[in-house]
Amino acid sequence: MSRHRQPPPPRQPPADRAGRLRLRVNPITCDGHGLCAELLPELLSVDDWGYPSPIVAEVPAQLESHARRAAQQCPTLAIVLERRRPRRDGG
Amino acid sequence: MSAPTSHTGSGRRRRSWPDPRASGEWVAEPFPGQRAPVATPAAEITGEWPTGRWTGRPAAEPAHPAPDPAPAAGVPRLLAGVRRDGRPVSLAEHQRAHGPLPAARAFRLIAESGLRGRGGAGFPVEAKVRAVRAVRGKPVVVVNGVAGDPLGEKDTFLVSRLPHLVLDGAQVAAEAVEARQVTVYVVERPGLLELMERALAERRRAHLDEVPMKLVAAPDRYVAGESSATAQRLSGGPAVPVFRPPHIAERGVRGRPTLVQNVETLANLGLLARHGSGWFRRVGSPEEPGTLVLTVRGAVAQPAVVEVPVGATVEQALSAVGWLTEPVGAVLVGGCAGRWLPAKTALAAPLSHAGLAAVGGVLGAGIVIALPDRACGLDQTARLAQYLAGESAGQCGACLNGLPAIAGALTALATGKGDAGTVQRLHRWCSSVAGRGACAHPDGTTGLVASALEVFAEDVRRHLNGWCGRPLRGVLPVPEGRRARHRVGAR
Repeated sequence: MSRHRQPPPPRQPPADRAGRLRLRVNPITCDGHGLCAELLPELLSVDDWGYPSPIVAEVPAQLESHARRAAQQCPTLAIVLERRRPRRDGG
Repeated sequence: MSAPTSHTGSGRRRRSWPDPRASGEWVAEPFPGQRAPVATPAAEITGEWPTGRWTGRPAAEPAHPAPDPAPAAGVPRLLAGVRRDGRPVSLAEHQRAHGPLPAARAFRLIAESGLRGRGGAGFPVEAKVRAVRAVRGKPVVVVNGVAGDPLGEKDTFLVSRLPHLVLDGAQVAAEAVEARQVTVYVVERPGLLELMERALAERRRAHLDEVPMKLVAAPDRYVAGESSATAQRLSGGPAVPVFRPPHIAERGVRGRPTLVQNVETLANLGLLARHGSGWFRRVGSPEEPGTLVLTVRGAVAQPAVVEVPVGATVEQALSAVGWLTEPVGAVLVGGCAGRWLPAKTALAAPLSHAGLAAVGGVLGAGIVIALPDRACGLDQTARLAQYLAGESAGQCGACLNGLPAIAGALTALATGKGDAGTVQRLHRWCSSVAGRGACAHPDGTTGLVASALEVFAEDVRRHLNGWCGRPLRGVLPVPEGRRARHRVGAR
């Protein structure tokens, strides 16, 4: 059995490694200010009463920084960002 | 049982139902703490809905009692032991009828049985048990006797008539998750708490239970029995849902891994431990074994709580309560958070999660209500929607605002004040509100209303021009609703 040092495996691109980011609005904490929908109109809109819709959304990589800003700016901190656990190498 | 030629009461050979008392079948007295239905002066139905009545075979009273080692794989199972005088089965009677609760390999039994929850969601009990076992901590089992749905009686019925079967099941569940505490959660209605306290006292005197059990009262509100609301109430907070995850299997009562099970599910466990999974699976289907305890009411001869095998059709359930008393246009299956089905579809529909899903219905809380053709389904649904709007916990904007808006629009439509815009708004709100609450309450309401708009489409058209012409009002026993609070967003 060869004990020679193997070269390291090629690096995975960051998106696969890191897993998708998911944005969730806590509907109990949410007070319908609507900043999130203004900052992230691609993913969120408001309903007839000012509350965001939908309350769960997958965030594409290019919108991650916008999602973070929305989470930070929410007056009631109702936005939760979760990153899925990365898949192990080799699936 | 012969197939009907039509679904109308008048199209069939008139059946005469013998006096149940004479034939050996019997009718139970109304049980304590019965919530009185709202009396509507305009209702033309003679007599009140005789809630709390039950028909079934009386428990056998052998001279030398010995527990039947393997009762017939028929039905009734849970309801076979119910007393004819309406009183709860005492501990002594319960033990005579069923024998002692054997020590069983509870987890394996649950896994082999394929038992699914009977609280409405139909979640496999094994999966819930596994989830609780996977978490470090001191698990808690909660006996959920808080049905919430005012259209149904079966959970209160099981609590008040078969408390020991339910409590036996709680002990089995506790063993399965290695819990050292069981909490019995029962709604605050007159007589119900005392009854359960007496049952618990009987067991303590007999030193019956491995795991100590205590009783906690729940407020008589619709969402109080929702799992996370239950966990929050038992942690000392209000009986309203919480944002999840973490799910209560992980973090529930006082942060401990928590298994919440409906009383009917636990009653099944009580029998399962005695007769085994082979016996249990002899009835029902492979995916959904066992029986269902149903509340069947509406335009039927003897509204009652009955037990049927999973997969029995709605027609069979209606037959079990004396069949229809007049022509029926639609059937509500699942209660307040259920769906309307046109009578023809409904009759053939199997009462199972899969069977009802296949026809656009839901099993829900085991409630089957036959709506007379003389009654307006939109009117009934509007009253339900008003009630459900008032029962919102008021925590989530979509629910707090959406449900009163939906109820208001549906009421306008049902009273002939709606227009095409009203219908459009209803459809839009039903889609937009669903899925945006912390719990499934808004989803139940939007599902119900959407099904009403579909099934009663012809009536919608008529109402846009005034009135559908159906004279009957106030058929469903919807309680007096709380005034819904409006709150518009901060914007």
